[in-house]
Amino acid sequence: MATALPAFDYAPSIETTPVRIKPRYEHFIGGEWVAPASGEFFPTLNPANEETLAEIAQGDAADVDRAVRAARKGYDKYWRKLKPSERAKYVYRLGRALTERSREFAVLETMDGGKPIRESRDFDVPQASAHFFYHAGWADKLEYAVPDGEPRALGVVGAIVPWNFPLLIATWKIAPALACGNTIVLKPAETTPLTALLLAEVIAEAELPPGVVNLVTGDGRTGAALVDHPDVNKITFTGSTEVGKRIRRATAGSGKRLGLELGGKSALIVYPDAPLDQAIEGIVSAIYFNQGHVCCAGSRLLVQESIEDEIVERLRARLETLRVGNPLDKNTDIGAINSRMQREKIAELVQSGLDQGATLVQSSCELPNRGYWYAPSFFTHVQPTYRIAREEIFGPVLSIMTFRTADEAIERANNLPYGLSAGIWTASGQLGMYTAQRLQAGVVWGNTFNQFDPSSPFGGYKESGFGREGGLAGLRDYLC
Amino acid sequence: MIRPPVSVDAVMLEARASVLTKRSIKKQTKLGGIEIAIGCMDLTTLEGRDSPGKVRAICARAISPAPGVRSAAAVCVYSSLVPTAVDCLRGSGVLVASVSTAFPSGLSPLDVKLRETREAVAAGADEIDMVIDRGAFLAGRESEVAQEIVLVKEACSGATLKVILEVGELGSYAAIRRACDLALAAGADFLKTSTGKIGISSTPAIALLMCESLRDFQRATGRKVGLKLAGGVRTTKSALGYLSLVKETLGDEWLQPQLFRIGAATLLDDLLMQREKELSGSYSGSAYVAMA
Repeated sequence: MATALPAFDYAPSIETTPVRIKPRYEHFIGGEWVAPASGEFFPTLNPANEETLAEIAQGDAADVDRAVRAARKGYDKYWRKLKPSERAKYVYRLGRALTERSREFAVLETMDGGKPIRESRDFDVPQASAHFFYHAGWADKLEYAVPDGEPRALGVVGAIVPWNFPLLIATWKIAPALACGNTIVLKPAETTPLTALLLAEVIAEAELPPGVVNLVTGDGRTGAALVDHPDVNKITFTGSTEVGKRIRRATAGSGKRLGLELGGKSALIVYPDAPLDQAIEGIVSAIYFNQGHVCCAGSRLLVQESIEDEIVERLRARLETLRVGNPLDKNTDIGAINSRMQREKIAELVQSGLDQGATLVQSSCELPNRGYWYAPSFFTHVQPTYRIAREEIFGPVLSIMTFRTADEAIERANNLPYGLSAGIWTASGQLGMYTAQRLQAGVVWGNTFNQFDPSSPFGGYKESGFGREGGLAGLRDYLC
Repeated sequence: MIRPPVSVDAVMLEARASVLTKRSIKKQTKLGGIEIAIGCMDLTTLEGRDSPGKVRAICARAISPAPGVRSAAAVCVYSSLVPTAVDCLRGSGVLVASVSTAFPSGLSPLDVKLRETREAVAAGADEIDMVIDRGAFLAGRESEVAQEIVLVKEACSGATLKVILEVGELGSYAAIRRACDLALAAGADFLKTSTGKIGISSTPAIALLMCESLRDFQRATGRKVGLKLAGGVRTTKSALGYLSLVKETLGDEWLQPQLFRIGAATLLDDLLMQREKELSGSYSGSAYVAMA
């Protein structure tokens, strides 16, 4: 035999598409870049190396007021007077621009948020442009969305978006708001404002009428000012249940429409006849996609007791194959944790799991020295009373529990104040349907997980929120 | 020991296979992958018009595909051409593989299949590529299929047995998985996707499914069985994708000719052109690659 064959170790394959980041970003109000009234700026970091990417304007009530007034003017002067078919063209143009500059958006999303380039390139950005295209089609057909009445816009929408899918969730709100004839003031998340700011540049280049889309950056105080502003007709918020509750209290009695997409602790149910290898892939997607920073993450795994050992063994082996590291490497599966604060929150909950008696299994992968990282992990020997079985960890940590019968699995799955999503694995169609019909969850996936489409509404039960995004149901939330 | 039937779901199987075959393979990894693909290649000619002259050309190319390039793993021919291949490859380290058991249909009397196998081995074949009886499998006569594999394995008397499942005729992922488990239990040394004679052959999802079966078999028995992809692997890019899939499902140890093969006739051309491109920085044409 000839000499031994070489090893097949992947050389680094770094995405090199250049992206221009300005040293400092102001608010985008009325079609112009506007300095913050306070003069204050704060840094946004690359969580993979802790380097500052840019300085971001800290918005206060004066900035928010200016943005809402610009949005009102944009609504009264331009947007409400525009023919719906013309509105459709603008929304379509944004989808086109996103597609044309998709690689740039993907790189920026990865740099600012830490998610792997494979995900931002193959999921976040294509989904974002798909939302513009889908809603562009609705703009001049709204009477079919509201069969009993005449569809009318709400006016000014205030949107507050989280840091886990910064661009995508911004478009979940901008696209239907614009298509339905509303104008919008968007507040991106404090740690991940850059793709929304790049979108503002695209909006300016697309020559949208001034004031139709406005961006005010900042922290929770900025969001609170937007929620409290008297001239906002609807607040749409995606984020934590805690903040969602505050927003609901603040808007009560104000006449503002409200849509909330909040936290979750979604259940994955694996029956013993399930396609096990595909169930493992579903579990990996459910909990390790975007480092587990997913509101609908499947973070509670309920397996039928007879297959617990087999599932744990397969998952343990699969964990070792996850490639953790530089988010800009095209072969990276798991990127950086979004912020130091989130890293600490994950560590605290994991410690509580250990303290309460659960067994931790972690990937033996090496973690980079700089930046915020957490090795993909799961817990066995978890009891339903433990904190890790009840609280949202929002990181790459799964809690595995067992059940005996289908009814017990359903009862356990529903036994939380949350109800965003669920996953069921079985080869039996009737058992899958029986289970799905009894789960209190906005989305139930069968033998798969994390499948999204703009035409499919997304939203929760109970403390996971109300209102829907996407599809007909989502569209109606932007009409009166 | 036959495992109970395993259920398979297409959506996540195909999603995972897609991720694995789209890894970004650059520079040294790409060059290394090209070398692995060549070193694990069964250079194949399986046509009705195959002649000793054609087989001699294939053998020479397998021994030395291009200056400075390592040999292929084996040459795969019809059983009547085994003597020619044995003659050409003597002392080269390149193995002789013979298709057998009434390839490609497998629809001949059992004694004919066994005799063909014995004679190929007697003529010097190191490896036998048999086809399973798909008709019997689809008619539910699984034990008959398994028994035939056992008998052919005996007839191999020590030669490596590759079992061709002809995945494109089995109708579903679950059936392919079942056929894998059956062939493994019956003693296959390699699972092979297809004959290359029908439209559907290797796909990433099917290769992944076969890897999963091999991995589960190893876990249950400790025995490592090889994987041979045949048909449909024509470009360097797709070959490298399959290397990633095998590496990440079965482990690096599978990427050697004892446990992995790609059966192909035209893939070598593209591998040599891509190799040249990596080394020189510019593409050459097919005129710069010696054909067989």
